[in-house]
Amino acid sequence: MQKIPITVEVNGRKASREVEPRLLLVHFLREALGLTGTKIGCDTSQCGSCTVHLDGMAVKSCTVLAVQANGSQVTTIEGLGNGELHPMQQAFWDNHGLQCGYCTPGMIMTATKLLEENPNPSDEEIRDGLEGNLCRCTGYENIVKAIRAAAETARGGS
Amino acid sequence: MAKYVGARQKRVEDPRLITGNARYLEDVQLPGMLHAAVLRSPYAHARIDSIDTSAASRLPGVVAVFTGQDFADLNPLPCAWQAGGVTNNANTPRVLEIDKVTHTGMGIAVVVAEDRYAAEDALAHIEVAYSVLPTVVDAKKATEAGAPQLHENAPDNICMTWECGDQDGTDRALGASDVVIREHLTNQRLIPTAMEPRGAIGSYDPGTEEYTVWMTSQAPHVMRLLMTAFVMGIPETKMRCLSPQVGGAFGSKIFLYPEYPMVAVLAQKLGRPVKWTESRQENYIATTHGRDHQTDFEVGALRDGTITALKVTTYANLGGTLSTIAPGIPTSLYGSMLSGTYKIPHLHCQVYGVYTNTAMVDAYRGAGRPEATFVIERAVDLVARELNLDPAEVRRKNFIQPEDFPYEPASNLLNGLAYDSGEYEKALERALEQVGYREFRQEQQEARQQGRYLGIGLSSYVEICGVAPSKWVGLPGEGWGAGLWESANVRVHLTGKTVVTTGSQSHGQGLETTMAQVVADELGIPIEDIEVKHSDTMSTPFGYGTYGSRSAAVGTIALYNSVQRIKEKARKLGAHMLEASEEDVVYQDGNVFVKGSPEQAKTIQEIAGAAAVAYDLPAGMEPFLDDTAYYDPPNCTYPFGTHICIVEVDTDTGRVEIKRYLSVDDCGPVINPLIADGQVQGGITQGIAQALYEFAAYDDSGQLLTASMMDYAIPKAEHLPHFENSHTVTPSPVNPMGIKGIGEAGTIASAPAVVNAVVDALSPFGIRDINMPLTPQAVWRAIQEAGR
Amino acid sequence: MYPEAFSYHAPSTVEEALALLERHGDDAKLLAGGHSLLPAMKLRLSGPTHIIDMKHLRGSLDYIRDEGDDVAIGALTTHRSLERSELLRGKLPVLAETAGCIGDMQVRNLGTLGGSVAHADPAGDLPAAVLALDAVLVAQGSGGTRTIAAGEFFHGFFETALEAGEILIELRIPTLAAGSGSSYQKFFHPASGYAVCGAAAVITPDASGNVASCRVALTGVSEGAYRATAVEEALVGKPFSEELAAAAAEHAADGIEPLEDYFADATYRGHLAKTFVKRALLTAWERSG
Repeated sequence: MQKIPITVEVNGRKASREVEPRLLLVHFLREALGLTGTKIGCDTSQCGSCTVHLDGMAVKSCTVLAVQANGSQVTTIEGLGNGELHPMQQAFWDNHGLQCGYCTPGMIMTATKLLEENPNPSDEEIRDGLEGNLCRCTGYENIVKAIRAAAETARGGS
Repeated sequence: MAKYVGARQKRVEDPRLITGNARYLEDVQLPGMLHAAVLRSPYAHARIDSIDTSAASRLPGVVAVFTGQDFADLNPLPCAWQAGGVTNNANTPRVLEIDKVTHTGMGIAVVVAEDRYAAEDALAHIEVAYSVLPTVVDAKKATEAGAPQLHENAPDNICMTWECGDQDGTDRALGASDVVIREHLTNQRLIPTAMEPRGAIGSYDPGTEEYTVWMTSQAPHVMRLLMTAFVMGIPETKMRCLSPQVGGAFGSKIFLYPEYPMVAVLAQKLGRPVKWTESRQENYIATTHGRDHQTDFEVGALRDGTITALKVTTYANLGGTLSTIAPGIPTSLYGSMLSGTYKIPHLHCQVYGVYTNTAMVDAYRGAGRPEATFVIERAVDLVARELNLDPAEVRRKNFIQPEDFPYEPASNLLNGLAYDSGEYEKALERALEQVGYREFRQEQQEARQQGRYLGIGLSSYVEICGVAPSKWVGLPGEGWGAGLWESANVRVHLTGKTVVTTGSQSHGQGLETTMAQVVADELGIPIEDIEVKHSDTMSTPFGYGTYGSRSAAVGTIALYNSVQRIKEKARKLGAHMLEASEEDVVYQDGNVFVKGSPEQAKTIQEIAGAAAVAYDLPAGMEPFLDDTAYYDPPNCTYPFGTHICIVEVDTDTGRVEIKRYLSVDDCGPVINPLIADGQVQGGITQGIAQALYEFAAYDDSGQLLTASMMDYAIPKAEHLPHFENSHTVTPSPVNPMGIKGIGEAGTIASAPAVVNAVVDALSPFGIRDINMPLTPQAVWRAIQEAGR
Repeated sequence: MYPEAFSYHAPSTVEEALALLERHGDDAKLLAGGHSLLPAMKLRLSGPTHIIDMKHLRGSLDYIRDEGDDVAIGALTTHRSLERSELLRGKLPVLAETAGCIGDMQVRNLGTLGGSVAHADPAGDLPAAVLALDAVLVAQGSGGTRTIAAGEFFHGFFETALEAGEILIELRIPTLAAGSGSSYQKFFHPASGYAVCGAAAVITPDASGNVASCRVALTGVSEGAYRATAVEEALVGKPFSEELAAAAAEHAADGIEPLEDYFADATYRGHLAKTFVKRALLTAWERSG
């Protein structure tokens, strides 16, 4: 069985492992590195629960091979806040933007990128921007509210 | 003074969830753990002629491969809720099927390997010879002559034939009505789709002969009971069941599934822990589905809109075998609620529970009540349409009035229970006012002149929740196989820190917060001093778990009662410490003092300390502040409200856009409005999803066509409107807090509101009904068929 | 879900990739963004034993260049880059618009133009735009490069004019004539986000308000994306009007047997084709001039 040495910088720390080529990035993060905050919710790249940042882009880590991430930087939910709550995490908490919490890490990772690109989104733009993340509990009402609140915080509003 | 109850308290469980530190089943790793993958039948109806596992067993990384024969000593899974008062021709799945399958996805063999990639690889090397049998997927067709027969003990595939109400009286009343409207409704099959798929981990200690099973369950105590006493035949005390963090369930994680006892037995056979988790594809084909009713009804009315009678016949598709409580859903939780919010003098409901070559159907959010509400709320709109009356007016005319409570629906529909309290018209009026009903009708007229089709739909619902009274569910007419009370234990430790354990199970509802809010107020301590623990049979009192919107109205009341007894003991001990007579002291906001002298108080923390060290207790008093309560309420609770939906239909494509969605719900006093609104919003979404987006489609051979999230349309943020939520508050007399429950109300109310709105929008085309789901194609076709 | 085992190759040049393709033939698959291939491998619908990862070719095949008469786009350019390219938004707005309709942000961040076009999913978005823009596709094989007109590229269900052993390396898209308007109108599948029907239209008016030229292409409707030439013929040389557009759009599925599935049957899909062609025409015309 072919094994390939890879080095990925995850949440600011370099991790080197020998992996099977078919190992998915999400399994590398969860099982090789024990970072289980990233979730798996579907087989087909719909749900977005596995969203992480790969070289600064939001990607679905269930649809990336670990070997493809060799030499890249990855940020997961565990590394988002650098030991504190990221404003987006705080906004999800403050606005009840989660219920069962399973989609939440991916939702937050997508939401932070959404605001990076559009710091002042309308509700409609937020909803469109979440097209790659499914939530079964909230009806998205409070997720949209949380992202709006995080945007306001980032702009220095109340 | 309530500080916490009624406040928009942020959830205490959230920090671990937003940081990725919550531990779901998939995150649990045990030393030496093996991984299981299940080979599932690709055929919906087949005999298993032979299985050859030898090639798979030899693959690298594979530890063992087992088939149904290896579990032949285990009983089939139990069906714990058979329809009451009738014969149930029960057929349930085995841990792995041995000689026959009746739907795709039934387990045939299991591979256990060192890792999951290896386990998955080996599945392709198991050789199974099947004799494929003819299939039937439609419940009504399954009962017709010549249909393929699934089970020998169920002629014509009928599992059970159940009825409620008064057939003769209903027929007579229909005959005497000014108008009788007949309609056929489809309440299509849905897939619950919790974001977290199911899974289980088994481990076994040969020293103590004890099993530990972690699983994604809404009811770990019940799972333990069913696995040990019914499937494995071992003492209940030899197993510990735990639900770690559970990522949503919506009913689908109530039930006992084959994989749970399977991992326990595998761990025992192999001497190492074994984990199994399902893929989304497995979740779609092998986890339970919901709804799937075909209903014909007749509703009678007088010219003035007074409803005289409702007669309903429903074919309920139960799937290829029975899930844990499948027969109870289209019977006790459906037929019983068909009177809705209305005084209907005569009702009758006939239900056929039918086997087909499809996945098992069981409770899915609302469970029976969305189906009942859909029937009655469509019926009321059809009456209004037929008589050219305003649908709001027909509702007003027939509402059960506040003075009618407790209200027993006619024809003994509820088998002796009565609706507890309600102000149905108040909720309707508030909703109409908020939406601007009259103004909308004006806008609708104007829009029509521009060729735009707007519509408004009302849904005035009542549901039955807080499902409990054991003496009710245990009645012959109801058929439940156990009790339905709930438990709680409260312990105030020496330091005053308080641990609450509950038989309820939180999987998104925020019970760790709402229960702590109740304890904090009642005990008078800061919420930070309270830990709410659940979901471990070793450390929590036996409880029936969380479903049927029962964790506020039953589970929380158990907790409330326990705290009252803690307070009473603290009061007595406080009196002793104050050297006052018991009759003179009161417990207030965490302090015990002599009436009128609050400055000389003993705090609950001081009293807890005194109780724990036990140096000086009143004669006969046991040490420690510790109480366990078991609460079995006298009745269910009956939340109600009115939802209103406004839609616009694109008649070129048939696409429906929801312009506004407004809810007025009454669940009695609200413990946490933040959480209650979240429950309503999520609930509404699942009803909108049923109305417009979701449906499980099978082809004639029993293949599920919507077996992935690429095909089964869970709504996205862009598909949904902003929700306008508000409440009225009518306390329930059933329990001391007056609370009713809110977990399912949104789902129960919303589908008819959406469908009524679409039909209203398309009334200029002469359209009076479109069957769910109202996909663009279905709506477009209805318009084409109606002609312009 | 877990893919089957395979050997992994990450060549540094197109030539190395071609050599690997030649060596492993049908057992090999090229991996670009992976958003069609990896899900299929996870579901075990596809089980290549060799994966040739194009990641190191990004340096040479990820570009959008203005070359005067043409815009040249490297095959490994992501949907996201297309969507956000100022150059495209100015010169070939329908391509940016179409790329923005694909999947979701995460998918667009990794999915590539070349991967999507070469995969030729019957419900993919980009093939419609590529046809309507009359692109030229550049394929490289062991014998060198050749060009293929878009109109000859798509051969139905996941089939293209690419030969075994060829790699799509570039698309060259003629700059639109001055005053042209374009549009991509899509009916999204509510679950997958793929096109139940997608219509791309490019219209160039003449000075008197007639349709000087026009190209219309559809995806999602048939086994492969196709040019709706009957629609085009019904428009060219005539004064544009809503009625004309509607009448022309009636030909959107001429000679086509629309796909049929649990979500949309052939009749409805055929109707959608007409509806979305009409919408694309109206929007494109509105944007022209």
